[in-house]
Amino acid sequence: MATRAIDSRNTVSAVAADDRRRWFRGQAFWLVAPALLLLVICLGLPLAIVTLRSFSEPQWGWQNYAWFFGTPVNLTVLQRTFAISAWVTLVCLIAGYPYAYVMTAVGPKMRLVLILCVLVPFWVSGVVRTLAWVILLQDSGVINSVIRAVGLSPVKLIRTQTGVVIGMAQVLLPFMILPLYSVMKTIDLRLMQAARSLGASPARAFAQVYLPLSLPGVYAGAIIVFILALGFYITPALLGGPRSTMLSTLIQNQVLSLLNWGRGGAMGVVLLIATFVLLALAAPLSRQPHKTGSRR
Amino acid sequence: MKQPGRILLGLYCLLVAVWLVAPTIVVVPMSFNDKKSLAFPPSGFSWQWYQNFFTNPEWSASLVGSLKVAVVTALFATVIGTLAAFGLDRMKSRVSGVLRALLITPMVVPGVVLAVGIYAVYLDTRLVGTMAGFVLAHTMLAVPFVIIAVSASLEVFDKRLETAAASLGATRLTAFRTVTLPLIAPGILSGLLFAFVTSFDEIIVALFITSPYLKTLPVQIFSSITRDADPTVAAVGTLLFITTSLVIGAGLLIGSRQGKR
Repeated sequence: MATRAIDSRNTVSAVAADDRRRWFRGQAFWLVAPALLLLVICLGLPLAIVTLRSFSEPQWGWQNYAWFFGTPVNLTVLQRTFAISAWVTLVCLIAGYPYAYVMTAVGPKMRLVLILCVLVPFWVSGVVRTLAWVILLQDSGVINSVIRAVGLSPVKLIRTQTGVVIGMAQVLLPFMILPLYSVMKTIDLRLMQAARSLGASPARAFAQVYLPLSLPGVYAGAIIVFILALGFYITPALLGGPRSTMLSTLIQNQVLSLLNWGRGGAMGVVLLIATFVLLALAAPLSRQPHKTGSRR
Repeated sequence: MKQPGRILLGLYCLLVAVWLVAPTIVVVPMSFNDKKSLAFPPSGFSWQWYQNFFTNPEWSASLVGSLKVAVVTALFATVIGTLAAFGLDRMKSRVSGVLRALLITPMVVPGVVLAVGIYAVYLDTRLVGTMAGFVLAHTMLAVPFVIIAVSASLEVFDKRLETAAASLGATRLTAFRTVTLPLIAPGILSGLLFAFVTSFDEIIVALFITSPYLKTLPVQIFSSITRDADPTVAAVGTLLFITTSLVIGAGLLIGSRQGKR
């Protein structure tokens, strides 16, 4: 990118180019300004109000945070939110890693089919997809009628944590597979052959050559899945029961049902901080090493 | 790799693929149920839920509401997002890196927290349940997708073409209109599509700012699911699936035809 910009500048005389660049930069800011303004009005302002109310309602102070961290039920839900997100991330990784690998290994036609399978979940609206999981998981649902047909006793899936994890993982799986695939397709498979020819077992060649090279994709996928899972609302609300409530549901309940903006706000701030701390911690991990290397 | 290992890996992928696709397919048989139930397997065959979707004012009004909001949102988001992508492209890389990260934050902010905040703002400004309110919030959520799509096509666009046009006497506007725009049009178009889908599909903010006067389709679907087992939802899901498949199929067809040329 930088070399191309320099090329284009060389073609114009240096003075004119300098002039133009300054003009460009001033103008460039104005091009971004509408988007920034929208962000301030629709994102900055709302989040500021949520934060403010968490301190100001019903009176100024830390009361809402003291309440949040002092109530065992809240801590249980907070812990459960993290646990469910971790499970979802793990399930996505276990399902997505081999899938993404196969996507890089098959021919172009088969690859198109596999990519379509990843994208199909996006074709139907998220709410409808959750309804589909209700149909699949409910006591008289598809999975249980199959189980019954085989002669086993039906399993309770809907309104359980297992059901929530299964549904959420399906919704989030594409966010795991796509970053994995984009990293894996840059890995030179001849490296594995080289390792094998030097006497490494397939398992060792995978663990010492392929796995480390694919880690940036693993980190990128895992962090995006985990963060999106933390804030999930619809799937747990429809598939879960009282024993699988997540933080988002509690926030919605505080604000819409109890009209307690202070407590809802405090929970919101906790969720927000958790999200951004995780993002900041994980961002350096998901950078591809060879890309940053070429910049140096 | 040895043969049994490959077969096992293939089977595993098949299983994952089924898991990905099954929830999309399962709504289709449910939509023809002849009883008002979502129990599987459906009993008997009827078109009544499709009929209900098109004749029941609650459903048709929410569809119209969603389409209106999504169309206006897509237009606004595409203009704002495309401008921003151009601006970012012409900035120093350090500044643009920070701004880019800032501009895509709506994608990672937990939906309910954002919705609560927007609801608070809208209560004070009387935007709850208004078209303007929906469009404003949805545009903010959709702009990141446009920026990503347009930026991707600007990345591969050769800026020397603009310089070449300028050296041949084209003004900046002419160069933009006749050289740049046609070349990045696919990026803008996919941004437009993403923006439309983002708005059409958005539910969490919509749940908070909805009113009896303006309801979107996802909100109607959600309240229907929580109220009772109504197969109309399955009919809506099937219709959406067929529509999207047709649009994507047409897109693939046009794409492959252009590729041959």
